[in-house]
Amino acid sequence: MVRFLLKRLLHALVVLWVVATLTFVLLRITPGGPFDRERRLPPEVLANIAAKYHLDEPLWGQYARYLKGIARGDLGPSYKYLDRSVRDIVADTLPVSATLGLLALGLALALSFPAGLTAAYYQSSWTDRLCLFVATLGISLPSFILGALLIWIFSLQLGWLQAGRWGEMGSAVLPSFTLGAAPAAYLTYLLRSSLLDTLGEDFIRTARAKGLRESRVLFKHALSHSLIPVLTVFGPLTAALLTGSFVVEYVFAIPGMGRFFITAVTDRDYPLIMGVTLVYTALLVSANLVVDLLYSFFDPRIRTR
Amino acid sequence: MQSPNEISARRRSRVEKTMLVASSVFLVVAACAGLLAPMLSPHSPAGLEEARILEGPSWSHWMGTDGLGRDLLTRILYGARVSLTVGIGTGVIALVVGSLYGLVSGYIGGALDNLLMRIVDVFYGLPDLLIFILLSLVFGRNIGGVLVALGLVTWVRFARIARGQVLQAREFLYIEGARAIGASRFRIILRHILPNVAGPILVTLTFSIPAAILAESTLSFIGLGINDPYNPWGTSWGTLAQDGWRAMRTYPHIILFPGLAIFLTILSFNFLGNGLRDILDPKGR
Repeated sequence: MVRFLLKRLLHALVVLWVVATLTFVLLRITPGGPFDRERRLPPEVLANIAAKYHLDEPLWGQYARYLKGIARGDLGPSYKYLDRSVRDIVADTLPVSATLGLLALGLALALSFPAGLTAAYYQSSWTDRLCLFVATLGISLPSFILGALLIWIFSLQLGWLQAGRWGEMGSAVLPSFTLGAAPAAYLTYLLRSSLLDTLGEDFIRTARAKGLRESRVLFKHALSHSLIPVLTVFGPLTAALLTGSFVVEYVFAIPGMGRFFITAVTDRDYPLIMGVTLVYTALLVSANLVVDLLYSFFDPRIRTR
Repeated sequence: MQSPNEISARRRSRVEKTMLVASSVFLVVAACAGLLAPMLSPHSPAGLEEARILEGPSWSHWMGTDGLGRDLLTRILYGARVSLTVGIGTGVIALVVGSLYGLVSGYIGGALDNLLMRIVDVFYGLPDLLIFILLSLVFGRNIGGVLVALGLVTWVRFARIARGQVLQAREFLYIEGARAIGASRFRIILRHILPNVAGPILVTLTFSIPAAILAESTLSFIGLGINDPYNPWGTSWGTLAQDGWRAMRTYPHIILFPGLAIFLTILSFNFLGNGLRDILDPKGR
């Protein structure tokens, strides 16, 4: 178990290092820079800026400085927001994104469990087909279109909910739904097919033959067994929620990390881009790590692989 | 006598078949419309009509006009070229690169396989939309750049599937037979293993295409994807949706039509993928 844990931890560190290096290299070879203006700045000014951000050092030196900073948890200064470091910006915006992500995840679980259970239990019924159809719609509807549609219906036409103004009552309803819809659809699919596999197993027949109540067979015996494969998607699911939050934050003007990332890309605020990318990767990697651990806990066979 | 279960399974497959046919028809029509756009539309995608700015749908402009008086239907037809090329192009690039990688890795095995798969594992752990954004910064915000960038984040899926399939296929007797009569490794991979792993790879392709279209349109929507107004290949459905988003309050038709195009295309590819999977892999039903 310890060996397995160490191996996964090492893997996580490698992924982080690869992302750190990749973003560093990519942003150095990108044409154009953060200090390009319509009117060229005088060379003395450019030299001063370069000296301030250590851009005049050789690339290796910059790379080493950057990695050392990461190890200390220092993500560097922002080029655009002169009075704030990247770390401050992340500290301010990450809780917003996390709130949105958790709300969406909760919503996805709340929607998908009843739907998946009903669909699998009444396989091939109208309910099942309806669930599958709605799930396919949910997977196919891009979040920016869903978000725009919800705003148009509920804010512009009906006037029930405000779009934007994050933090006010009800402002989280539409964004969480927009972000949670696709994960809800995936989970429904997955839970349904996993349950269908389980319901055909011998131990379910045994449970029924013993005369157990159907509810007990379904919730105790079948559901707990079906959850193991569902667990594996929590890694990709976290990724989907993280990257999905970008678009949702953009559409609903939520001051989260994703929206800052988008503006950082347009502003070419390189340290902010690198910092946010790293934080996203770290979140993703830890989610995968937790999933691996839980998985090996529930299914010990996996550790020997 | 048929049990009620069989009847409903049959009816179910009939509905599925209808959806499959409808999706295929929609995709073929969309592809043809994109290809034949210059012939189909009486308007030019860049043809400005100052007198007809932001009009709703009418007989002369079926989907209305945008903020510069350009015919929206024409722009969507031209956008179909871009969006579908991005989807299918990404799928094909990723398929070729990923499958070859996976085939070689799985067939040769041993230490090389171990190393190659570690690389794939690392790629899997990356937040791909972010990497895609960074890559498209490097390669430029045009269709070529987006194709390369999306291909680079998509190929690993194929590598894993292809390798897994090869590991299974390698155990079959006919491979041993082929080796016994002296076929080269290259020939065995291409002639004997590849045809046997084609099914799951094809299904993966069908699901990668909508994923690529989704990624591209999402990025173009938030203003980080394709946008090159002077190039006929510089406007995708996502770019059009972004145009519409800015004017949604008063002119919802400008976002409605590109949004519908994206949604229906992704939906059709997903139905197609589900159908193909059921046909090629009856176990997975």
